[in-house]
Amino acid sequence: MSAPPAAVSLAGVGKTFGKGAVRALEDIDLAIAPGEFVSLIGPSGCGKSTLLRIVGDLIQPSVGDVIVNGKPAHRARLDHDYGIVFQSAVLYDWRTVTKNISLPLELLGWSRGRRNERVREMVELVELSGFESHHPWQLSGGMQQRVSIARALSFDPALLLMDEPFGALDEMTRERLNMELLRIWERSGSTIVFVTHSIPEAVFLSTRVVVMSPRPGRIAGIVEVDLPQPRGAETREQPRFFELVTEVRERLAGSGAATAPTEPALVTEERV
Amino acid sequence: MASRGATVGPAVRSAGLSVLVLAVLCAVWEAYKWIGERAEIRWPFPVNERTMPHVHDMVGQLFEPSRRNGPLLIDVLLDAAAFTAKEAAVGFVLGASVGFLIAVALSQSRLLQRGFLPYIVASQTVPILAIAPMVVVGLGSKGVTGWVAVAILAAYLTFFPVAINTLRGLQSADPRALELMHSYAASRWTILWRLRVPASLPYVFSALKISATASIVGAIIGEAPSSIQEGLGGAIVNFNQYYSLEPRNLWATNIVAAALGITFFLVVAGAERVVVRRAPENVA
Ligand SMILES: Nc1ncnc2c1ncn2[C@@H]1O[C@H](COP(=O)(O)OP(=O)(O)O)[C@@H](O)[C@H]1O
Ligand SMILES: [Mg+2]
Repeated sequence: MSAPPAAVSLAGVGKTFGKGAVRALEDIDLAIAPGEFVSLIGPSGCGKSTLLRIVGDLIQPSVGDVIVNGKPAHRARLDHDYGIVFQSAVLYDWRTVTKNISLPLELLGWSRGRRNERVREMVELVELSGFESHHPWQLSGGMQQRVSIARALSFDPALLLMDEPFGALDEMTRERLNMELLRIWERSGSTIVFVTHSIPEAVFLSTRVVVMSPRPGRIAGIVEVDLPQPRGAETREQPRFFELVTEVRERLAGSGAATAPTEPALVTEERV
Repeated sequence: MASRGATVGPAVRSAGLSVLVLAVLCAVWEAYKWIGERAEIRWPFPVNERTMPHVHDMVGQLFEPSRRNGPLLIDVLLDAAAFTAKEAAVGFVLGASVGFLIAVALSQSRLLQRGFLPYIVASQTVPILAIAPMVVVGLGSKGVTGWVAVAILAAYLTFFPVAINTLRGLQSADPRALELMHSYAASRWTILWRLRVPASLPYVFSALKISATASIVGAIIGEAPSSIQEGLGGAIVNFNQYYSLEPRNLWATNIVAAALGITFFLVVAGAERVVVRRAPENVA
């Protein structure tokens, strides 16, 4: 019995910026199976975004091997194996919602008919019907981020990389988009690597939470989230949810990350 | 609820404002003249009918015969304006295209930028009056008609703002948007046309608006050393010689030249409204 190739496999990955001045990441070993939802959590500056960019071949690791979908990260990028979502939606002002979503499809050379059909599906998936011909500045922050997610999913990538996608949104919008993201994940069967600094969000969404230590970023621990699928509003009320939130917090604290004094939001958030 | 007044298009409102400003300027002119003549102001220039004709006299002059039994001055000047507009328009299109292409080329390589940018800047420190005769004589000896040489002088003034601003615009793309393009494995060329060029358009148009008027200035100035009589530059040289006899002709010509510049500007501004789509608060 041989295991299926990992969706993402990191071996001995490290990253140093600028002639050894900033050691951002060190000794990262991590394998993510297809279909997993893995969150990276850690204090700001611990290298979460850097790690995500390394997986996406947007920057090169200083040492180590990165395998995505069973091939080198570079090959995976050229093969359009992943979609990426940033904290800001990064939409093109001069394009409508429809045209923003179809941008990657245009670059992939899809025919107009096929593009239109897919964009229609995507608009429905992220519940933006009626806003197809709006320009980005006419949308709320949450809607913009939905467009950005639809764009990342439009070409059916096996892997979705998300860098604090809901970090700039208000709590209510964030929780609604969390639900939507889970629904999309269940339906698409893709693998998601999700960066966040909210502990409840990480626990609620993930199958595994990777806790990172402050600079240089290392993996301080991995918490398996054994909450039942599919998850819903009631998930946040289960005792097991609170136990897991506490476990992640303790791992963070144990890793030397400042929690309570600098991040009081994390403490109050779990009651929401 | 928006009131009826608030629904009037911004274009109409800004046009109304422009008329108001023009009226104020005319009033200031007339007031200065009125006071200057009575207080006998001598500095910076003596105020009299010759240095500062009445506004209504300058405008009225347009509707006087240009010479005995000749056509009205305005007809003569409109013909001249059409001629100059042709030179300026050709120069504008030529200069804007060259400026845009230079910017695209320079945006592709830091090395090119460092090598060529200083010379592009230096090109604008050479006064147009110095190069005009060279261009006109040089091209004339190759059998190029005079007005084409003038168009090239207009292009010389036009390309610079377009090149500099477009270069800035091409470099203005959001780093995240560039990362997004890299995540799609987009080629340099794709990134240029799908991201950098659209992102640069607001910058390009703010340069085109400057260049629209600069091309008129270039054409008018270029006509003098080229001894071209048919355009506004020729009219200005001509009326300047007879200024002490009839100052109003020169002023009337200035009005027409200004109107031509404003027309060019408005055409470009109109194109900008059609082409550039972006958040209203960002519109320059
Ligand atoms: N391009 C870069 N050049 C130099 N240092 C960088 C660069 N990108 C990130 N860093 C540094 O690497 C560390 C990790 O950054 P980042 O991955 O953005 O952290 P996080 O996303 O966890 O907040 C930080 O100290 C940051 O200053
Ligand atoms: Mg980050």
